[in-house]
Amino acid sequence: MTDLIVGVLAFFGALFVFFAAVGMLRMRDTYLRISVTTKAATLGIGLLLVASALHSYELATTAKVFAIILFLFLTAPVSAHLVGRTSYFSGVKLWKNSVMDDMKGKYNPETEVLGSGLENESESSDAKKDYED
Amino acid sequence: MTLLDFIYYFVLPVLSISIILIFIRFLMGPKMVDRVIALDLLVTTGIGFISAYSILYNQPTLLDVAMILALIAFLGTVAFTYYIQKKNKP
Repeated sequence: MTDLIVGVLAFFGALFVFFAAVGMLRMRDTYLRISVTTKAATLGIGLLLVASALHSYELATTAKVFAIILFLFLTAPVSAHLVGRTSYFSGVKLWKNSVMDDMKGKYNPETEVLGSGLENESESSDAKKDYED
Repeated sequence: MTLLDFIYYFVLPVLSISIILIFIRFLMGPKMVDRVIALDLLVTTGIGFISAYSILYNQPTLLDVAMILALIAFLGTVAFTYYIQKKNKP
């Protein structure tokens, strides 16, 4: 019974890692690739580690696996955010069919200042707020 | 088909094919940032390899190496992004 559960967990873990690899190769854009790396690969590795912990039914191994999974879940979003921020600031273009760019016009590459995008339109936004009220 | 056969004939080949696909992106990657992401994913897939081998040979001691690898992958990504941002060229 334990073997069956370990096999199913390892199957899905390997499958998700494979999906991450295919997405890494096929995605058109650095930002799409970052999204693939963060989600699918983290889930796949987590499933493989849980399978390993379940196979050797010990407390020490389970604690070790728990520490690794916690560390992966903590660091994957941080590193993805760092890489995305760096690539946006250093001028990597989005894919031509991407529909959203939330940081458009908020970053000035010459002065390297990141604003909120509302610095120059305070009066007009106030007028808009009055109109909405 | 036992569990060890399954690990040996399905999980390890699938992980190997994933490593090859990621390595193609590592070689192709048009920008430096793509290579950094591919390196991160390569090390993460290495953690999966280590856990599969720890099932196969019934040696949970190998997971210590996985922990160190996770640490080093994060450290490498942070260092690479720091220097890319300093150089300001993708």
